[in-house]
Amino acid sequence: MAARIMVNAPASAAKGEVIEIKTMIAHKMETGHRMGTMGQIIPRDIIHRFECRYDGALVFAADLFPAVSANPFITFTTVATKSGKISFKWIDDKGKSSTSSVKIKVT
Amino acid sequence: MKKFAPSPHGLRKVHPPSRRRVLLNVAAASVATLAAPYVLAKQAAQVVVVGGGFAGATAARTLARDGDGDIAVTLIEPQTQYTACPLSNAVVAGMRDLKAQQFGYDALDKDRIKRVSARATGVDPTARRVTLEDGTQIDYDRLILAPGVDLRFDGLRGYDQKAAETMPHAWKAGAQTLLLRRQLEDMKDGGLVIISVPANPYRCPPGPYERASLIAHYLKTKKPRSKLMILDGKDTFSKQKLFEAAWKELYPGLIEWVPLSSGGQVVEVDAATKTLVTDFGKHRAAVASVIPPQRAGEISAIAGVADKTGWCPVDPVTFESRLQPNIHVIGDAIIAGGMPKSAFAGNSQAKVCAGAVAQILRGETPTAQKLINTCYSVVAPVYGISIASVFEPRDGLLTEVAGGVSPMDKPASFRAEEARQAEAWFETITRAVYG
Repeated sequence: MAARIMVNAPASAAKGEVIEIKTMIAHKMETGHRMGTMGQIIPRDIIHRFECRYDGALVFAADLFPAVSANPFITFTTVATKSGKISFKWIDDKGKSSTSSVKIKVT
Repeated sequence: MKKFAPSPHGLRKVHPPSRRRVLLNVAAASVATLAAPYVLAKQAAQVVVVGGGFAGATAARTLARDGDGDIAVTLIEPQTQYTACPLSNAVVAGMRDLKAQQFGYDALDKDRIKRVSARATGVDPTARRVTLEDGTQIDYDRLILAPGVDLRFDGLRGYDQKAAETMPHAWKAGAQTLLLRRQLEDMKDGGLVIISVPANPYRCPPGPYERASLIAHYLKTKKPRSKLMILDGKDTFSKQKLFEAAWKELYPGLIEWVPLSSGGQVVEVDAATKTLVTDFGKHRAAVASVIPPQRAGEISAIAGVADKTGWCPVDPVTFESRLQPNIHVIGDAIIAGGMPKSAFAGNSQAKVCAGAVAQILRGETPTAQKLINTCYSVVAPVYGISIASVFEPRDGLLTEVAGGVSPMDKPASFRAEEARQAEAWFETITRAVYG
């Protein structure tokens, strides 16, 4: 099942403008420190890497750790340089990547 | 058996510092001498209660009744009539009259509580003195604050007191309750009703979902093409499974709940267009009830008993403030650990606090008590659900040690019985506190 992803970025901006981007992905962020009902450790499964590329160039990235709560919500800013695609990638411990992208028009 | 005039107490400007010691000596002597009660009456310890809601009124009455004449109680409350919140969602949905929510203070007056109809505007913890809006000063040996909550009109962008006239919070029963009801009555069939719920903590954790349920009942019966959306700053809520099962059964397709992890947190509102802005979208409502973030009532900050969270840390045995000596705080204003901000919780805390205050004033050591909370939610006129829990002081907070909610998968007759019990619960608690 594809993870539920939400992105909020402006559809248009002036060249050179600082734009705010909000992202959220539904993920349990299992820490690896919890025990199951039989006393066994529940294996760690977190999103450990988030990347944002603007027309292919990496403009923002974050390494995430078990202390980050479920459904990581990441807000950051970047500079609107040109019209194009802003893409997002989340990578979890199982090696699964989830992606999303938005288009921005820069004038 | 004690026959003496009501104790002289109340408005005094002078506070003899050694009076409490005198009281304790007298209290000790009273065991031995028959004449003691008369002396006691003259030396009554002064307890001032601020706030006449469920918690404050309960504390005042408990002390006045059980204080045995050696405690004089003053209640400071600007309103002459209390409008209760429990069941007020039924008023919103047109199922109940607001008058059924309103109670006077006559019974408290009969309990020899000195009632002061004014707003407390100042507290001096060192001088142990409360100041009223007109400048009158009232001295106390022990102060009990039951200030309830203040709605934070600085807590949600675009939501101020003026916006509340368009997008009612209706989170303090009264004019706001009737405003929301009127808006629903005026709404055209097919409109979208939105309820915005803040992150924890706030007054009455299941309240927003009861409101959604009863508005859904109104829409289903009166405006069946309408929808209701709950924009929530949380991912889970009180009695969630029961509510969701009831919604599926009673209001299929009518209620949409958008939790935090689906972008439900409202970050801004525009009253002019009744638009609610979340992190990831915008929703325009025909009727919007915006429940803003809250904090302990203003007097708690003035008294210095609220911390930077806006709420009041207290000792769970005595409810004495952790920040100011001789001041106790009860009800929705406190950081109570697992105990919710509810009428019954406030009532329960008030009884324990009153007992502890009486013990302290007699020089005894307060003992830890268990506290109870019971809370009913009405999902439809003949459909009630409930939660009941027991709490005890543990690790400096009130921790739940037993409890549970209504069972799942019960027949309609079971839910109907709980709806009747909800009414009975309200009758019982309001009679105990105000009757």
